[in-house]
Amino acid sequence: MSLIQGATGEWEIVMGLEIHAQVSSKSKLMSGASTAFGAEPNYQVSLVDAAMPGMLPVVNEFCYEQAVLTGLGLNAEINLISIFDRKNYFYPDLPQGYQISQFTDPIVGKGVVSIETADGETHNIGIERLHLEQDAGKSIHDLYPSQSCVDLNRSGVALMEIVSDPDLRSAEQAKLYVSKIRTILRYLGTCDGNMEQGSLRADVNVSVRRPGAPLGTRCEIKNMNSIRNIGMAIEFEAQRQVDIIEDGGTIDQETRLWDVAKNETRSMRSKEEAHDYRYFPDPDLLPVVLEQSFVDAIKARIPELPDAKHSRLMKDYGLNSYDANILIAAPENADYFEIVAKSGSAKLAANWVTGDLFGLLKKRGETIENSPISAIDLGELVGLIDDKIISNKIAKQVFEYMLETDDKPGKIVEDKGLKQVTDTGAIEKAVDDVIAANPDKVAQAIEKPKMAGWFVGQVMQATGGKANPQAVSDMIKAKLGL
Amino acid sequence: MSELTNLSLSDARAKLRNKDISAVELTKAHIDAMGQIEGLNAYILPTHEKALSMAADSDEKLAKGEGGILEGLPVGIKDLFCTKDVRTTASSKILGEFLPTYESTVTANMWADGAVMLGKLNCDEFAMGSSNETSFFGNVVNPWQRNGDEAALVPGGSSGGSSAAVAARACLAATATDTGGSIRQPAAFTGTVGLKPTYGRCSRWGVVAFASSLDQAGPITRSVRDAAIMLESMASYDVKDSTSVNVGVPAYEKALTGDIRGLKIGIPKEYKMDGMPEEIIKLWQQGIDWLKQAGAEIVDVSLPNTKLALPAYYIVAPAEASSNLARYDGVRYGIRVAGDNIDEQYANSRAEGFGAEVQRRILIGTYVLSAGYYDAYYVKAQKVRTLIKRDFDAVYRKVDLLLTPTTPSEAFGIGENINDPLSMYLNDIFTVTVNMAGLPGISIPAGISANGLPLGLQLIGQPFGEETLLKAADVMESAAEFTALPQLMAK
Repeated sequence: MSLIQGATGEWEIVMGLEIHAQVSSKSKLMSGASTAFGAEPNYQVSLVDAAMPGMLPVVNEFCYEQAVLTGLGLNAEINLISIFDRKNYFYPDLPQGYQISQFTDPIVGKGVVSIETADGETHNIGIERLHLEQDAGKSIHDLYPSQSCVDLNRSGVALMEIVSDPDLRSAEQAKLYVSKIRTILRYLGTCDGNMEQGSLRADVNVSVRRPGAPLGTRCEIKNMNSIRNIGMAIEFEAQRQVDIIEDGGTIDQETRLWDVAKNETRSMRSKEEAHDYRYFPDPDLLPVVLEQSFVDAIKARIPELPDAKHSRLMKDYGLNSYDANILIAAPENADYFEIVAKSGSAKLAANWVTGDLFGLLKKRGETIENSPISAIDLGELVGLIDDKIISNKIAKQVFEYMLETDDKPGKIVEDKGLKQVTDTGAIEKAVDDVIAANPDKVAQAIEKPKMAGWFVGQVMQATGGKANPQAVSDMIKAKLGL
Repeated sequence: MSELTNLSLSDARAKLRNKDISAVELTKAHIDAMGQIEGLNAYILPTHEKALSMAADSDEKLAKGEGGILEGLPVGIKDLFCTKDVRTTASSKILGEFLPTYESTVTANMWADGAVMLGKLNCDEFAMGSSNETSFFGNVVNPWQRNGDEAALVPGGSSGGSSAAVAARACLAATATDTGGSIRQPAAFTGTVGLKPTYGRCSRWGVVAFASSLDQAGPITRSVRDAAIMLESMASYDVKDSTSVNVGVPAYEKALTGDIRGLKIGIPKEYKMDGMPEEIIKLWQQGIDWLKQAGAEIVDVSLPNTKLALPAYYIVAPAEASSNLARYDGVRYGIRVAGDNIDEQYANSRAEGFGAEVQRRILIGTYVLSAGYYDAYYVKAQKVRTLIKRDFDAVYRKVDLLLTPTTPSEAFGIGENINDPLSMYLNDIFTVTVNMAGLPGISIPAGISANGLPLGLQLIGQPFGEETLLKAADVMESAAEFTALPQLMAK
């Protein structure tokens, strides 16, 4: 447990998160309009989205399939009957004057996800519910001095609101939780998880208390769209609350915003200003009634999820938890790794994928799907190292050549004559030469066996790096009687 | 009133098919009639050019022996139906000169079947009213008058333009909508036939919403047969309306066999209200006798929760309306009255755009949905609704149809009830139960009051039991031999 050390003692942070994840679907929740990102303002608006008179919503079945799939991925109960409600409030980017959401009967009930903190501990975080709802449009206030503009492209786009139990106890846990949910959604293909484009946003409810004491008053930090900011906002907000309480004040329940420029949260509206949303079942829509067989069919489609993949990578490939975690961040990473690992040692494959390859992708701003080096080619390279045809050091050169030429690693090694010298006669000659030329070092090495490394370096230099360093080392040790 | 405008829809259809008359001729006669009854204020937007062009198209089809079931027949459209490129206002100021870019499913069905649009008909604002006095375009006058009294009477509401135009022979039939009685009550007040189909029978897509769970489109006509023909065209399963029901549309006219022997008709005792005019009780008995004589079996039944229906209706309907009307905010279409900030703009636009009755219902609806009141009002009203449905379910295990009066009174004078919402709301007492249970109901003209005004009887059917409903209504219509003309027409 991570506690805040206050002036008067220790404080525990208690948090619950509401994650809004845009459902990956071609059309909106209640209309046929497109959901593609980046269109001209108001070019993806149907008559329903603009709430023209007499228009009626029709539920996009694919969206609730996606919600069910997500629910199953969160180990949650699927409610075979769910109801769409209207959440009523006035705002120009809400053309209907209400948001269609699910209030009393969401499509997904209780579930659980687990996270692993840096101390190696596993925490189970409860999911209270997941419901479907329409996104609002966008109000733009800074185009004209006295007028606001409205872009309805997002109006009606399907969102899944995933509500956690108040089980989170630190900024680290909250960040891991968001990241875990995002990973699961990406595995399922139900949300692209793109936080910069707003496909995934989180509201964080933060309160503090003395360890074990009843829950404190919470503040909600709205619309967080980066995991880093979530961490910073939580730390700021928790400290703010501790300071207020320790100064004898009380926390007002309110909605706050994270100010990225000032790195602080500030008040958006108080509880008194909160809307009365007048929820009631949408009379334009019938309850969504699902057959168990429909749910079972979706269940059968669930791919291997991050937790299962993590265990399998550790078990089947002998990876450590850290490497496995890096590889499961996206299913494509793990898939790539598994192809590479077919041709060589898993540890070596993991090092190359998470090290050289990820470094390259990051530098080039590329995704693994568009990797300039294919998994098969990288596998071949790792295989060459594994088979002692080239050293790891030479392999890095080959890797560079692969980028430049698109040639296969085997061909590069052949063409450039980079093969390790396996002719023991040649190696022996080089070893003998170095020993003969450096009698003083030989004396030192006999005193201090670690000096053998110096001889290895000399021999490697003499052979242009092509000798197998292990073989050289063995030979030197034997000759010097170390 | 010309010979052509006095034809029933079915007779006009026969004459068109026989080429005794042309659609253009028939349409012109109706355009003339519209001119003669301008004083009734039934039409708020005549579409004469469109009508003539549609009629000419129909004549071409008819000449080739083609055409749909409404080919060449001139009809009026309640202004609640969105009509492509034709101003649609729901009789509210807030929609301004709104031109839909789309056509409601119901009217699209009718145009596909060859109907000719004469114009848009007045109604209560957003269909909220029982007298057509809440329209931004002013009240509609009933073509009927009391004997020896020229006082202007209401045509009923909310479909008052529809009922008045049909009664005054200014269209062969009209579309209407019914949320709590808005088709049947105006039909009863004007001596016309008003059919409210089962909820889900006609698509609500493109019909300006009042209360989504109650609204249903249907026809007002001058005969039961005409109602059957109109319904066949208006009804359809529509994937664009999630509450539309996927049930095939039968040839309703074929159901009018005249044979109701063995049909069991229930008489719900709770519809005998204290203080109900004697002549309405007598008319009801007359209806019972007609059905009995035709071979139906009369069964006394009980719908114990009837008295709860009206108060529950006046919670559910305003609640839904308060939310449905939130979209009229002056941002995207309709009138906008500027303010210093967005909240002021909303308040100014809606205060200017909505009339008093609409504002009253928005306030009621907002109140009953508010935190702290929701359970006491809305949830309770929904429970009442379930009880009402159960009442009907139980009764329909014993009988096929129910017979009741349509309204507790004859048409009243303009201005008589407008400042007394409770009296006004009582007009719906016999009709709201049908909407609350989603059932079909029909009002047919069954007699004339001592004052010389038409009175209606209501038959209530089972869900999607429109064929049986129309069959019995047809039999009762024949027995009633209602031939009286509105005073305005007789002159």
